Amino acid sequence: MSARARLLLCLAAVAVIAVFFAVACTEMPAAGGDHHPYGDRAVAAALAHRTANTVSAVNFDLRAFDTLGEESILFGTVLGATLLLRLARDERRRPAPSEHVLPSTRLLGTALLPVALVVGVYVVAHGQLSPGGGFQGGVILATALHLGYIAADYRVLEKVRPLAVLDVADAIAAGAFVALGIAGLAAGGAFLKNTLPLGTFNQITSGGTVPLLNAAVGVEVGSGLIVLLAHFLDQAVEISAGDGADRPPRPHPDADHRTDRRADHRTDPQEEP
Amino acid sequence: MGPWPYLAAGWVLLVALYGMVTSRNLIHAIGCLAVAQSSTYLLLLSVGYRHDGTAPVFSDVKPGSRPLVDPVVQALALTDVVVGATVTALLLALTVQLRKRHGTVDPQALTGLKG
Repeated sequence: MSARARLLLCLAAVAVIAVFFAVACTEMPAAGGDHHPYGDRAVAAALAHRTANTVSAVNFDLRAFDTLGEESILFGTVLGATLLLRLARDERRRPAPSEHVLPSTRLLGTALLPVALVVGVYVVAHGQLSPGGGFQGGVILATALHLGYIAADYRVLEKVRPLAVLDVADAIAAGAFVALGIAGLAAGGAFLKNTLPLGTFNQITSGGTVPLLNAAVGVEVGSGLIVLLAHFLDQAVEISAGDGADRPPRPHPDADHRTDRRADHRTDPQEEP
Repeated sequence: MGPWPYLAAGWVLLVALYGMVTSRNLIHAIGCLAVAQSSTYLLLLSVGYRHDGTAPVFSDVKPGSRPLVDPVVQALALTDVVVGATVTALLLALTVQLRKRHGTVDPQALTGLKG
């Protein structure tokens, strides 16, 4: 199909979707109204389980089974990316070059790294009380570690990032979520049922299983993201093509990675007639 | 506010679809997919919005003292963000391999099957 025919087909489909969607929108309750039956029930259920952050209560108590699926997707993605971005037979790994970093960048990164780590742990641990939780805190933890890349270079990041340990931590955290579900099954008769003592409202021990599930997800997201980013960064910094026959020619095979990256942006000579 | 937030979400989705169809670069297409996904955040959050509502977090708000925005759709938006990030990561990984094996990221330049 030519580009023009495809565009026309797309525009026709877009027009149909736009008309029906617009008509459907005029029939919906106006945005900002007071009618939120599910929200009101979720708030009541969260208060009954003494969880101050209703969003965490929905994710790790009311809809904990959905969250199990969600973190399984994340786990599957880390596996998939590991598989897709592994070192191919005709590629080789060369050590990352050491880089020059401005002293101010180095100072700021070194000072911020421990702060970011503490913030990440705080956000995970207080997920049942204040905005945040395992997913958000895990991302902060993963980002914190990469301040090492900004403050120094890739070699330092590789030293502070034990990939084998993180791979195992990722799997154990994903399994811990299921184990907590089975514990609920054994104690209360339902998978992922909140069976632990609920504690005092607005204290760090409140919410029953919510803080534990938060911690499991925090470890999984943090380690999973670091592993994921590690594979992408390896592609850019360390892995280079060997002498594959069907490989596009690299203009500067022994140039540093910055030149390599620029070469990746070349435009393709084939144009649509 | 009427239906305008919903219509805005629909507009973002359609713009992203147009971008995906006309894209000549897979990285650009993945970016368009991320934009399409962000339209669902807009839709979910406008469904959950309530006038004068505050965040559904009771660490410093007394229960029952103020109207709250809908926490259920916020949790759904969180799920959406995670799924969107994972899909983007997998597609980017595939694009990296495609660039290595076929030497192009233009979907129209990919003609034949190749092992």
